[in-house]
Order: sequence, then C-alpha cells, then structure tokens
Amino acid sequence: MANTQAMCTSFKGEILSGIHALGTTVIRAGTGADTLKAALYLASATVNASTTAYSATGEVSGSGYSAGGVTVTNATAPTTSGTTGYWTPSASFTYTSVTLTTAFDAVLVYNSTQSNKAISVHTFGSQTITAGTFTLTMPTSDATNALIRIA
Amino acid sequence: MIVTTTHGEMDDSLLEKREGGVDNDNESTVWVEYWLAGELVHRSAHVSLKRAAVSISKIGGFNG
Repeated sequence: MANTQAMCTSFKGEILSGIHALGTTVIRAGTGADTLKAALYLASATVNASTTAYSATGEVSGSGYSAGGVTVTNATAPTTSGTTGYWTPSASFTYTSVTLTTAFDAVLVYNSTQSNKAISVHTFGSQTITAGTFTLTMPTSDATNALIRIA
Repeated sequence: MIVTTTHGEMDDSLLEKREGGVDNDNESTVWVEYWLAGELVHRSAHVSLKRAAVSISKIGGFNG
C-alpha cells in the first residue's frame, strides 16, 4: 500500500451539500435545502468569477420578467463520480411570456436563502425575446457535463 | 397553430416564420421568430448549455 496526497472526492460532493464549515464560526443558518435562483444579465453587464452576490445592476428587465429571475428546481442531490463532485438543476430554467428587447447573454445562479450569494455564471450567445419564451436546458448531470463540477 | 404575439394571439398562417440556431462547444441554440408585415411580433429561444462551470481543486503539501 502507499499513501497518495489528494483532496478526498467525498469532500467535493459534501462541499456542494454544505456539510463542511471550515471557518472559525459556522455562518450557515438553518438545515433545510436552500432556494436557488437564476437571473439573466444584459450583454453589456459584468458578471463573472468576481461576482459575489446577485445584483439588479445589469439584470434584464421587461414585460413578464421578475427581478431576481426564476427559482431553480434542485431536486437532485450533489454527488460524485470518479474524482469529481458535481450537481445539475433537475429542470430547465424557463422564462415564460417575456419580452426582453435588450440583448442578454448570461445567467447567474445564486443562493436566495444565503443572502443571494453567487454560485456560478453561464454565458451563451446574445438573445432577445419578443412575446415569447426563453429556455435554458441543463446539460447531462454527470462528471463530464454537469452544470457545476469540482474536479 | 396559435402564436402569442405583441398583438395578442394570432394564427401562424398570417405570419412569416423564421428559424435559426447555433451549435458550438458552449451551446446548442434554436430560435424562432414570427413577423407581421415587416414587424417582429414573436421571438423565442431555447439554449442547451454544454459547458459547465468547473473548479479544479488543489491542495498544498508539506514536502515542497
């Protein structure tokens, strides 16, 4: 046998489930599942890895769209495969009967329960919607394709 | 087929339909537009994300 330096794969999945609190105090309140949301951002906005929380600045606006975006369906627990922890929402993000005339090209996934803290930003080709529906379909939830992966 | 437009619900036989899309490493997207006398009255889009947000984990060692 030999020892191998590694980050334990189970830890990667448990991070996504909020199992560990590595700081000096436990900041997290409550033990229930968090409510996540998905907000759309204009192509002219700046949301990226430095984004720490949801902000209405740069968010799309228009008929049928509620500030803050839509609630994410997260019925599937994070899991691991190989050495990767991963998670994918269990349903598409759907913005129904909206008119968004200014081009947008990003969605921010954030934690509405935990002070709107940011989770991830996903970009796509610029879109506008006129009296229609905008749908973001999730990738296959596996170690290669899942929406959020810790490899 | 009935289409929701900026003028309310209309039969698609009255409208000009335009479709398109892109397929690249990041996304597979399809969109559909309906036009009435040169006016865009409906546009929907469906984006399938392909590229995930990935964080590569690293740990420190004691042996340099």
